Amino acid sequence: MALIIDIIISGLISGSVYALLAIGFSLIFGVARIVNFAHTAFYMVAAYCIYVVTQKMGFHPMWGMVAAIVLVTLLGIISYKVLINPIREHEGAVLIATIALAMIFQEVMSLIFTGTYLSVPSLVKGYFTILGVKVFFQQLLTFFAALLVMAVLWVLLMRTKLGLAIRSTAQDREVANLMGINEARVAMMTMGLSVGLAAFTGAIVVPLTILQPHMWMHPLIMMMAVVVLGGLGSLKGSFLGAYILGFAEALVVFLAPMGAYLKGSVALSVMIVVLLIRPEGLFGVYFEEER
Amino acid sequence: MDLILFYLKKLFTVLKNEVLVLPSRVVVVLFFIFLLLLPVFTKDSYLLRIFTLTSIFAILAASWDLLSGFTGQMNFGHALFFGVGAYGAALLNLHGHIPPWGTIPLGALGAVLAGLIIGIPCLRLRGTYLALTTLAFPIILIGIIYAFPNFTGGELGISGVARLARSRVANYYIAVVVMLGLCTIMWKITDSNTGIIFHAIREDELAVRAAGINTTRYKLLAFCLSGFFAGVSGGLYAHFMRIAGPSTLEVSMSFQVVIWAIFGGIVTIYGPVGAVFILFPLLEFLRFWQDYRTLMFACVILVILLYMPDGLFRWLRDKIEKECPRCKIRNIAMRNTCRVCTAPLD
Repeated sequence: MALIIDIIISGLISGSVYALLAIGFSLIFGVARIVNFAHTAFYMVAAYCIYVVTQKMGFHPMWGMVAAIVLVTLLGIISYKVLINPIREHEGAVLIATIALAMIFQEVMSLIFTGTYLSVPSLVKGYFTILGVKVFFQQLLTFFAALLVMAVLWVLLMRTKLGLAIRSTAQDREVANLMGINEARVAMMTMGLSVGLAAFTGAIVVPLTILQPHMWMHPLIMMMAVVVLGGLGSLKGSFLGAYILGFAEALVVFLAPMGAYLKGSVALSVMIVVLLIRPEGLFGVYFEEER
Repeated sequence: MDLILFYLKKLFTVLKNEVLVLPSRVVVVLFFIFLLLLPVFTKDSYLLRIFTLTSIFAILAASWDLLSGFTGQMNFGHALFFGVGAYGAALLNLHGHIPPWGTIPLGALGAVLAGLIIGIPCLRLRGTYLALTTLAFPIILIGIIYAFPNFTGGELGISGVARLARSRVANYYIAVVVMLGLCTIMWKITDSNTGIIFHAIREDELAVRAAGINTTRYKLLAFCLSGFFAGVSGGLYAHFMRIAGPSTLEVSMSFQVVIWAIFGGIVTIYGPVGAVFILFPLLEFLRFWQDYRTLMFACVILVILLYMPDGLFRWLRDKIEKECPRCKIRNIAMRNTCRVCTAPLD
């Protein structure tokens, strides 16, 4: 019984983290056709940002979160403007520019913080027990904050003018441009939104994980798997796919022998099996290749 | 005697009329000569080691270009082929006691099999979907390797693989000759009818299918060919380093290949090879700056891409050569008229 609760908690938390990351990633892919490999690197930078504000400067973790989100969003917009925008027409160049950007972040962080494992205290202390399993308030907070942000994002995308602009640019960039939407500005704002989401994810998850410069690799791969599983550009798909993969990981970790090694493999195999049945993902729309 | 004289004359004519007229071809010839004669001038084992590794990775980068550049099947899991080649060669060598000249082709065949296995689900996917899905395969394999440490050596990998050859110079020659040979073969493949179909699939798959060509078969062929060449380079790597470890399958390895190929310029074969010969020694050269090495590497790539988004070697080639507007033959940039049809070059 305790095992089941452990699995549920772990699955819910990693699922929400993957969902937030995947939604941000598929937003910028949908609008600007940028495959942003640096997405989770921004998440890592945000986590380190919080470490500096809380541990080095001694502020309340709340300020750490705010500072991390603001600074990382700015960083994202600047790197978009300076590095990605000038070469947006060249798909391949954008790909490796984002990989190089992620490498730069990783190296800078390991230069400053020397690759040692660091941790950050949780925002709220304490725990309660259900059936002998400790549930930390921080875990609940992470989960509900993720749900809240996803709800806010849903409202933003579906009910506001900016959301309408983002959705229509994602559908057809040229027609959106003809309808008077400033496509370049929408792309920049989406980049800000997407990086902001990554930063927020980093901020809420950092007390539960260990900080190290390579922490972006595993979420990156899982996030890509989620996006493919759910269907590129589908928010509902990303949401559902994230929880499927999150629970698959949790099940393997707690039930299978050598689970910690196999968790990535099993989750990715789930994705491949789904793709064999539905090549466009769970909720993806099969759009013809742009010719 | 006459025959030899005839061939010598022919060689001389080809050299004079086809090679010396274009700077890019001269550079390729000089590159071949430089690589083949390097050990005559220096026996420095560190330098030879770097160039051996560079040659091995050049095969890998060129094979990525064959699949992802020419056929347009963006593969972000190219480390899979490399790793399967390396592990296949190492396992066959340790457990089957087969010498390197046998294990490397057999390991490469293993990589071909891997290409078939991942090709079949991936053929239904396109573009970004394909790129993101292929990223998953090496990671699945890494998980399996970690889960069965008795057979695969787990995190430490398989060590104690037989040497490629006794001396460093022999190692160097094996790697360089194999690299030059395989890259020429790849370049020939891309120049053949099959290569033209590959290129057409990249440009417009629907039109190729409409022309009555079974694109699925050709895409699978591209996966297998690319897997074979990458597998050979993996096998060479395992025998040269005498270890096959999980690092051959890591995401950073897959990313590295993509960086090399795009940096040099895709759809060229020579671009990725040249890029490896610039970037790999550069990374080694930056060794005295240990901490800043990867940072500098990434910065160099970003800056060069900002100015030459099509790749370094395509940019260079466009600077020194121009295409004749009438007969589409390349000319040195200094000429005013085309060397074949004498049409004025603008």
